Amino acid sequence: MSSSRRSRWWLIALAVVALALPQFAEPIVVHTAIEILIMALFAMSFNLLFDGAGLLTFGHGCYYGVGAYTAALLMTEIGMPMFPAMFAAMVMGGLVALVFGFFCVRLTGVYFSILTLAFAQLMFSVFQQSYTLTGGDLGILDIQPPAFLVAVNNYYYFTLVMVGFSIWLLWRILHSPFGRTLHASRDSVVRTQFIGINVRRYRLAAFVIAGVFASLAGALFAPFNRAVAPFLVSWVKSSDPVLMTLLGGAGTFWGPVVGAAVFTTLHEVAIGYTTYWLLLMGSILLVGVLFLPGGILGFLEERSRRVAAARRTRMTEARGASSNASAD
Amino acid sequence: MTAADVLGQFLSGLARAGVLFLIAAGLSFIFGVVKIVNFAHGALYMVGAFLTYSFRVTLGVPFWASIALAAVCVAVIGIAMEVFLFRRVYGRPVADQLLLTFAMVLIIHDVMRLAYGSNLRSVPRPPLLAGAVFLGDVVFPSYYIFIVLTGSAVLLGFWAFLHRTRLGKTIRAAVGNREMVACLGKPLPWLFTAAFAAGVFVDGLAGAIGAPLGGIRLGMDFDIIILAFATVIVGGFGSLPGTALAAFIIGEAYAFGIWLVPAIALSLPFIIMAVVLIVRPWGLLGRSGGGEL
Amino acid sequence: MLLRTQALTKAFGSLRAVDGVDLVVQPASLHAIIGPNGAGKSTFFNVLTGFLPADSGSVIFKDQDITRLPPHVISRRGVVRAFQRANIFQTFTVFENVQASILSRKGKTWNLFGLAAGMLREDTLRILETLGLADQADVRAGHLSHGDLKRLEIGIALGMEPELLLLDEPTAGMSPEETAAQAALMQKLVAEQGLNILFTEHDMEVVFGIAKSITVMHQGRVIADGRPNEVRRDRHVQAVYLGEEL
Repeated sequence: MSSSRRSRWWLIALAVVALALPQFAEPIVVHTAIEILIMALFAMSFNLLFDGAGLLTFGHGCYYGVGAYTAALLMTEIGMPMFPAMFAAMVMGGLVALVFGFFCVRLTGVYFSILTLAFAQLMFSVFQQSYTLTGGDLGILDIQPPAFLVAVNNYYYFTLVMVGFSIWLLWRILHSPFGRTLHASRDSVVRTQFIGINVRRYRLAAFVIAGVFASLAGALFAPFNRAVAPFLVSWVKSSDPVLMTLLGGAGTFWGPVVGAAVFTTLHEVAIGYTTYWLLLMGSILLVGVLFLPGGILGFLEERSRRVAAARRTRMTEARGASSNASAD
Repeated sequence: MTAADVLGQFLSGLARAGVLFLIAAGLSFIFGVVKIVNFAHGALYMVGAFLTYSFRVTLGVPFWASIALAAVCVAVIGIAMEVFLFRRVYGRPVADQLLLTFAMVLIIHDVMRLAYGSNLRSVPRPPLLAGAVFLGDVVFPSYYIFIVLTGSAVLLGFWAFLHRTRLGKTIRAAVGNREMVACLGKPLPWLFTAAFAAGVFVDGLAGAIGAPLGGIRLGMDFDIIILAFATVIVGGFGSLPGTALAAFIIGEAYAFGIWLVPAIALSLPFIIMAVVLIVRPWGLLGRSGGGEL
Repeated sequence: MLLRTQALTKAFGSLRAVDGVDLVVQPASLHAIIGPNGAGKSTFFNVLTGFLPADSGSVIFKDQDITRLPPHVISRRGVVRAFQRANIFQTFTVFENVQASILSRKGKTWNLFGLAAGMLREDTLRILETLGLADQADVRAGHLSHGDLKRLEIGIALGMEPELLLLDEPTAGMSPEETAAQAALMQKLVAEQGLNILFTEHDMEVVFGIAKSITVMHQGRVIADGRPNEVRRDRHVQAVYLGEEL
């Protein structure tokens, strides 16, 4: 079976499981599934920058947090209904990404990564300090989703639709001429400039798009978690999409989703046994970078490619042997 | 607000700048020679502080020996990291290297939490430096003076090493042209290890001598790494005088900021960094052509 | 007059890589720039295309001053460069490499929702056929042979519909057959597609075989400029290339 046919079957199977999940799974599983969906969107938005444009951002949690806080504030302070609040959150995330991104995309490589981190840290200290606006260290509590989404199954389907649609949009963007241009700038900035592209502007656009999707993920999280805290804007949160994407495989489209699923499940399980979560993740990241640079999906893809190549070699050998036999 | 107050704050800023300079210099040096951005630099600084605590308070080792031992231990850890981990990723894309150092940040953080718990620790100043120098109305804590002196000594020592010794000149040559230096028969891998060890030693030293300044706690690794990056960026990657200047600016901005405008004091380093990045992306004393688009 | 540089200068510290270069490129030209290593040819190209800022002097293209413009603007004006060390998009196929360039030329790169895969097939294949790369259209660019890479470089440049094509040592590292094919290709592009080519070269056979005008650079300065026969007879040029067969 060709690889694209096979991946289509995987996609269908995934969709079936996703749609049927609440029917046969325990509420705690559905709860975790919602987390996975939200994290998957967060990680996918990160990978738009990382694999799509070759930009490694260590401060993506900033936009996630901005989205979460904006939604939380609007819903609790002025009682805005959830949907407009989520939209406003995305707009806010996009604006912040525009401002920060304007400075970040002027730099490349390491400098870029450091600046993204610094801006996120700046945001974190702002959130933490402004007690009146953001509740400081305590955050914002008691965020209520609308009545018809209170049930976990309902919220699950809602998140599934939002995240599914977003992933589809991201797929379109990555396969569009715009996405091609981003990929080109990742492969060779200089060459891309010399085919008439103002690379800085495209990177800024990608940065803003990634920020919008990350803030959507945050806005989905706020009513789900019923509370937000500065932790959402912290560097630990910013490292989550990095770890997830690498774990799943940065060079593949679905890598971040796989990584989010594995990472979140691992987190749920490990939390019961140890509080040394950073040690665990750091070790996994270490092993991953050293031995599994392509992540889980990358590893699987490489293996299936090698299996297919071996099969082809065997077939041509067999044909050669049989033709030799018939030539005698 | 008196002149004495201002001078006092100034000195406090200098002390802070001194510690910051040590860390940032190590970071910049490692990046210049080995071309790795060591995210774990803040974590190693924290290790230096915690180890100083262990030597001085838990084991009762004399102050000066504690500092030296702590710095040496951190250097050893750094060497181990370089030899066993970083060497494997030298040829790989930058992202892999960044992620490896990032993994070390996470691991070191939790190992420290395992070893020391989440409580605040402190190391007392040595009796020799516990007092203060009085110049009229102004009180200069002796320990601050010590830090400034140490920072200056390291700055001069580094400069002298790089510009006056054979090994130092080789390192500077290696920064400019690796292949050439390898052709000349110098063992490049060990050069890298030595450079890494030096950069990390200074880092651990910063943690050690900075320990009696404030408390030692988890989270100082992350707080300081951002400041260190800001310092290196403001000063310009690869410029030692630039790093010193930037450390001075940021240290003083912090000290006066905490005193005068505490609300935004924490954000001041970032504002400075943002301004520098807009106006002169290669830093105050850096060279153009490093990382701008 | 298609392109003119006036007293173009670029120095690195005390090294004047490009030292007051006056050069004119006429329409319908196949104009070569030659000179020993270090003569400043690559730097000249870099300044011309906006990759490096000029210290002084100017570059006029079709009566417009393009001296201080950034590379992406200059490319769009019609001055397009192919690189010496093949600087292609490694993860793209041959087809996608050229297609990227055409997508940019036709202003489609801000399209966020269309599917790029099927776009501009005819235009892309046409260029690939001109270069003899059509049969490798789906090969990943990183897997190409050296000669094919250089041709792909030209293909990417062609996608921008250049008026002036800058080729940086187009036959470097090629076998004699490939070199002859490359030279023939250059002549074809000028003759059939009305392109203008300005190229640097070390291979004197190619230069004197196809160039209609030659500029000789030495230590950042122009020491001779004119038709091949004039340049061949120039004393200064002979001195600089002492021992070489012109």
